[in-house]
Amino acid sequence: MYGILEKEKLAPNVIHFKIEAPAVARKARPGQFVILRVDEKGERIPMSLAGWDPARGTIDITFLVVGTSTRKLSLLNPGAGVLNVAGPFGRPAEVEHYGEVVCAAGCFGVGAILPVAAALKEKGNRVVAVMEGRSKAFLFWEDRLRAVSDELVVATGDGSLGRKGWANDVIADLVNAGRRIDRVIAVGCTFMMMECSKATRSHGIPTVVSLTPIMVDGTGMCGCCRVQVGGQTRFACVDGPEFDGHQVDWDLLISKQKSYLDEELRSLNLWERANWHKLMAR
Amino acid sequence: MAADRENGLAEEKETKKKKVVRYERVPMPKQEPEVRRRNFNEVAFGYTEALARDEADRCLQCKKRPCTEGCPVNVDIPEFIAAVKEGRFEEAVRILKRKNSLPGICGRVCPQEVQCESRCTLGRKGTPVAIGRLERFCADWALANRDRVESVEKAPPTGKRVAVVGSGPAGLTAASDLALLGHHVTIFEALHAAGGVLVYGIPEFRLPKHIVQAEVEYVRSLGVELVLDFVVGRAATVDELLAEYDAVFLGTGAGLPMFLNIPGENLNGIYSANEFLTRVNLMKAYLFPEYDTPVKVGRRVAVIGGGNVAMDASRCALRLGAEEVYIVYRRSRAEMPARLEEVENAEEEGVHFRFLTNPVRFIGDERDWVKAMECIEMELGEPDASGRRRPVPKPGSEFVMEVDTVIVSLGTTPNPLIAQTTPGLETTRRGTLVADEATGKTTKRRVWAGGDIVTGAATVISAMGAGRRASRSIDAFLRGLEDF
Ligand SMILES: Cc1cc2nc3c(=O)[nH]c(=O)nc-3n(C[C@H](O)[C@H](O)[C@H](O)COP(=O)(O)OP(=O)(O)OC[C@H]3O[C@@H](n4cnc5c(N)ncnc54)[C@H](O)[C@@H]3O)c2cc1C
Ligand SMILES: Cc1cc2nc3c(=O)[nH]c(=O)nc-3n(C[C@H](O)[C@H](O)[C@H](O)COP(=O)(O)OP(=O)(O)OC[C@H]3O[C@@H](n4cnc5c(N)ncnc54)[C@H](O)[C@@H]3O)c2cc1C
Ligand code: SF4
Ligand code: FES
Repeated sequence: MYGILEKEKLAPNVIHFKIEAPAVARKARPGQFVILRVDEKGERIPMSLAGWDPARGTIDITFLVVGTSTRKLSLLNPGAGVLNVAGPFGRPAEVEHYGEVVCAAGCFGVGAILPVAAALKEKGNRVVAVMEGRSKAFLFWEDRLRAVSDELVVATGDGSLGRKGWANDVIADLVNAGRRIDRVIAVGCTFMMMECSKATRSHGIPTVVSLTPIMVDGTGMCGCCRVQVGGQTRFACVDGPEFDGHQVDWDLLISKQKSYLDEELRSLNLWERANWHKLMAR
Repeated sequence: MAADRENGLAEEKETKKKKVVRYERVPMPKQEPEVRRRNFNEVAFGYTEALARDEADRCLQCKKRPCTEGCPVNVDIPEFIAAVKEGRFEEAVRILKRKNSLPGICGRVCPQEVQCESRCTLGRKGTPVAIGRLERFCADWALANRDRVESVEKAPPTGKRVAVVGSGPAGLTAASDLALLGHHVTIFEALHAAGGVLVYGIPEFRLPKHIVQAEVEYVRSLGVELVLDFVVGRAATVDELLAEYDAVFLGTGAGLPMFLNIPGENLNGIYSANEFLTRVNLMKAYLFPEYDTPVKVGRRVAVIGGGNVAMDASRCALRLGAEEVYIVYRRSRAEMPARLEEVENAEEEGVHFRFLTNPVRFIGDERDWVKAMECIEMELGEPDASGRRRPVPKPGSEFVMEVDTVIVSLGTTPNPLIAQTTPGLETTRRGTLVADEATGKTTKRRVWAGGDIVTGAATVISAMGAGRRASRSIDAFLRGLEDF
């Protein structure tokens, strides 16, 4: 059992947990993730590391509540714990001195990009953080992101805060304004990462994305996480999750992410029927 | 057959002068194919005491003990069978455990027909003694009569600490042997359950998980510490373990799936056997939605390959509701590496076999789901390095098979993680670790290895044997009797 020490609701559908996982905390690097299992019947689900503290032996995750596993997770409170946490998995994000770097984040990606942005800034890059959300209510941790960047630009789908639009629109603005961008890192939902990659493609700006295909083990053992990048098959859990956004076969990735849609819905419906009262009390 | 019986064999006559030789083995009760092809319960019920004693009675007690020579760990087969025959089951278990720490597992999954049973004198004229079934019977008896089996003595603590990486048959055996020798052992396992392939690969209907669980509990009862969710190479390197432990044993198996590398292989509906079996066995997708992990099986399933893994995948697919399941294998029946009993079981259950056939590309629909597979017919040419005749494509013989699920089961190779993160550990071209066959010593001081990580995908019993040999060498080293 890995104890949950802190829980915070960051946005209507995003939650932050601080979890005891000393073995992961000791070795974590920016851009890596863990695989956790809520309970005995649970799936193994990947979650990016939004922070860690080797001294206290804790890790932070921020997650979007989407299906059965993340709903189960959302019901847990400090004092309780998750059954399994393994990691750190994946290759650490590439952190070099590039110059001007845009760190674009959407939904749970705001948590995941924090350690990457911090490391990039530490390497002497000028970090422009871009944060997107459907509307103001869905934004969180602006303060934390501002603390690890040199500039923060906010965009909301409904224009309730910052620019009306999305992260890719902000990137397009920067490019159109003639701003120099040496590298873009996008972390968030697949669609957002794809749009950011499209926005930079014709300008030849190196763009890396942190892919989230469905995974099982996270150690290279199953091949479930295979993605096609530059025509080659790669296992996202060991060769990634960071890849060149201009080389990713997005259509295939999106269709693979949807491959269990029927089962996910069925699982969620059954689970909600049995647990609706707990959700109401949350 | 009648003539055979009259003739008899010289050795048989010599060994058992007055006894009538019984050439047919006592059948083991099984679920009917029509029933079992739709459930995950164990296929074979096992012998009862009476059936076991009856089968044991067939043994000729050959003086030359050919069966023992055929056993990779040299179990004293005639002795344990004699004990079964006389109803001295505790004794039979004791004899088995002397050489084999996992009889309940080996009795179920060993390829006996190419090991002990292939050497059995009775096999020359009839069917060999069902050694595997008798072994299984003894182990199941021991599990049901735990209180009657004497517990083993542990040597006094030595104060030495050993880290065992991986909890498959190699790791479990090394750990229990070392614990019995008085060392403090910690097992580090990457997954959330111990057992290696025994829990994530081999299905419930062939090896019930409570059997594996009992073995793991036994190992823990010896004082072995089990750390799950711990990937060596990620959470700690081998060098870091060496700083805290006197010796390290690597039993990390050969877990990386191979793919065909042909067009369309990343379409939806195409699984590696590892993924498919892990979902079904480790994650219990056959109990979805009670368990959260789903698995998708269509109407027409093709399983590519001819080994145990392919048999397991095909039989799981049937049980999950597939209408037609095809094993597609590029060589012929004779070359199939799978255990004979499982091939027969698969056939009885209605799995179809397409021999001398190899896929060349997968064809997807507009939503990127596989809908068909183009194959080519093969013929057998000259023998290759493995001694099996090499399959070569017949030009112009391409044809299309409609399928909506494909399970690629071409074999596995070792995960490179440990080798990549451990300086001084030499590997072969095949990615396996270089280790001494007799002792398990690797090219790095204080590091031993055994099982699939050294041999490449092999068998449970060979992994167990390697774990045992390495534990002897580690013990000798820790006691200062042997240098590294
Ligand atoms: C490397 C990596 C890092 C991730 N980091 C985060 C993070 O920091 N925060 C966060 O909220 N989400 C993260 N995700 C996505 C997260 O794992 C999924 O949202 C979660 O598994 C959904 O589970 P569910 O049962 O709630 O939803 P479901 O109803 O099962 O599925 C909803 C959608 O989530 C995806 N999904 C389902 N199962 C898995 C699985 N086993 N692995 C990956 N994706 C799956 C599918 O695309 C599916 O359509 C990450 C994914 C990966 C691969
Ligand atoms: C589907 C299937 C069916 C089979 N059927 C049979 C059969 O009928 N008869 C037979 O004799 N053999 C069979 N085999 C082969 C047999 O199971 C293997 O040869 C045997 O399990 C090898 O044992 P092992 O201990 O070397 O490795 P494994 O059983 O592979 O165990 C290795 C363990 O190490 C863990 N590990 C890996 N890397 C790390 C790391 N970095 N840190 C920590 N832990 C790690 C893995 O998670 C795993 O638990 C089958 C194999 C499969 C896949
Ligand atoms: S098992 Fe077969 S080979 Fe072994 S002693 Fe009995 S009859 Fe002889
Ligand atoms: S998740 Fe299994 S190989 Fe990547």
